[in-house]
Amino acid sequence: MTVTELVPYEDALAVYDPVMGLEVHVELGTATKMFCGCSTTLGADANSQTCPTCLGLPGALPVVNATGVESAVRIGLALNCEIAEWCRFARKNYFYPDMPKNFQTSQYDEPIAFNGHLDVQLEDGEVFRVEIERAHMEEDTGKSTHIGGATGRIHGASHSLLDYNRAGIPLIEIVTKPIEGAGERAPEVAKAYVAELRELIKALGVSEARMEMGQMRCDVNLSLRPKGEKTFGTRSETKNVNSLRSVERAARFEIQRHAAVLDAGEKIVQETRHFHEENGSTTSGRVKEEAEDYRYFPEPDLVPVAPSREWVEELRAGLPELPRLRRNRLREEWGISQHEMQSVLNAGAVGLIVATVDAGAPADQARKWWMGELARRANESGTELADLPIGPEDVARVCALVGEGSLNDKLARQTIEGVLDGEGTPDEVVEKRGLKVVSDEGALGTAVDEAIAGNPDIAEKIRGGKVQAAGALVGAVMKATRGQADAARVRELILEKLGVEG
Amino acid sequence: MPGISREEVAHLARLARLELKDEELDHFAGQLDDIIGAVATVSDVADEDVPPTSHPLPLTNVMRPDVVRPGLTPEQALSGAPAQEQQRFKVPQILGED
Repeated sequence: MTVTELVPYEDALAVYDPVMGLEVHVELGTATKMFCGCSTTLGADANSQTCPTCLGLPGALPVVNATGVESAVRIGLALNCEIAEWCRFARKNYFYPDMPKNFQTSQYDEPIAFNGHLDVQLEDGEVFRVEIERAHMEEDTGKSTHIGGATGRIHGASHSLLDYNRAGIPLIEIVTKPIEGAGERAPEVAKAYVAELRELIKALGVSEARMEMGQMRCDVNLSLRPKGEKTFGTRSETKNVNSLRSVERAARFEIQRHAAVLDAGEKIVQETRHFHEENGSTTSGRVKEEAEDYRYFPEPDLVPVAPSREWVEELRAGLPELPRLRRNRLREEWGISQHEMQSVLNAGAVGLIVATVDAGAPADQARKWWMGELARRANESGTELADLPIGPEDVARVCALVGEGSLNDKLARQTIEGVLDGEGTPDEVVEKRGLKVVSDEGALGTAVDEAIAGNPDIAEKIRGGKVQAAGALVGAVMKATRGQADAARVRELILEKLGVEG
Repeated sequence: MPGISREEVAHLARLARLELKDEELDHFAGQLDDIIGAVATVSDVADEDVPPTSHPLPLTNVMRPDVVRPGLTPEQALSGAPAQEQQRFKVPQILGED
């Protein structure tokens, strides 16, 4: 069955109430895999980070990564979850070459963390509580490359190639309870939830949570029910929605698609769907296997994990300030609006600005550079702000040079440019490009004298009290010094020499 | 009395991608039913004071530090692969039956 005519979003929401469930997989940033000591370094040669355990060779035994468990507990605590006193791993059996063992080691009915919530703030400041069903530990699969198909897709491929470097990297799967009551804001809530979760994971330091690198992946489950109805409708599961924008688009698309199917009097098929980044649509994948087809059973090769209450409390005490509270605190300290803070967050600049302020820069200056010139450069080159070849210390140094009067705004901009172009530290760029503000009073005095001599009419007006005419002379001096003078000082000198009070 | 039907054995075989002939299904279904019946007697013996056990040793929290240990070289990893290409395990068409 194909439905091509989507129902307009507003029309769908007038009749139906969306219910969502979000499943997010986070790849932990541990040095080794979840159940063996193989390295997790990205970009290594194919199959160079494997061992008998993660290849599922006979007789090899797994041992759980202590840091993996600790990270899982910390994520659970930060999500206000209860932490299991005793829980086991389970084998999820399936026949697919991305796991050489023919099962994924996961957790089934005994997750390490359960019953929590995460408060997310929407762009207008409204706080929406998302209930968390569970967070459990599992492992990532290997990477498949499909050969022979037209577009590298599995359909039409003649065979596939497997690299097991990723097989066994620790994953934490975080599952929400059904998200109800978001109404027309459901796509926005979905996006805000994933964004908030990403900030939380980063603040905990358990993963860089870079969605574009697959370190954080989201599945969007969505169903519609007629308004006023209590029973959930049949859901679809859109897999691997891997950017914040896509999460919002996928939810929106599915709302419109479901509405079209239901309006036509047809039934939603419970199935996996693929999201298409290029046009924001989803298409049908496989019909979902039943949970019982995975034949979950307790993993006999691993002993139970029983986090002691003392340890859990120790970890709770060591949690960082939660990102939403931290943002609200910073927003007040920086004296900016909710909307401005949202822009800072969306640009990934919160941490950078904080680090720049910590390095000594005034908050407004730090924010000006990161959200202005640097955001523009990052945008132009299509990189993240954090990946620009300039750091918070450099920006703080530029702010300091401006503060002490060694650089004016224009020179500061050129200094930043130099750093971005790899010419060295701000001081080195200033030195190499000769960017210092001309503070030599002698040289400046000469330039001012020449400007006055060259523009006798203007000088006369200023003497006569038309102080605002000084701007033209300042311009002449700035031109003569190629912009390297402190304009305020130049103005003072001009007025002084012409015997006028500023 | 728990047991397993021929249909369930056929379903399990499909999930495991095992191709079983009709007479094999008959044969294994009977055998598996016997085995499950035999194992089920454990439940009869175990009283309510005996919790279900998934591991023979009363151990918990066996963990290792997050420290890299040398594994296999790609050559070693691939040495048992029936087929390989580009230093990767080569597997037959995955969605062939669709």
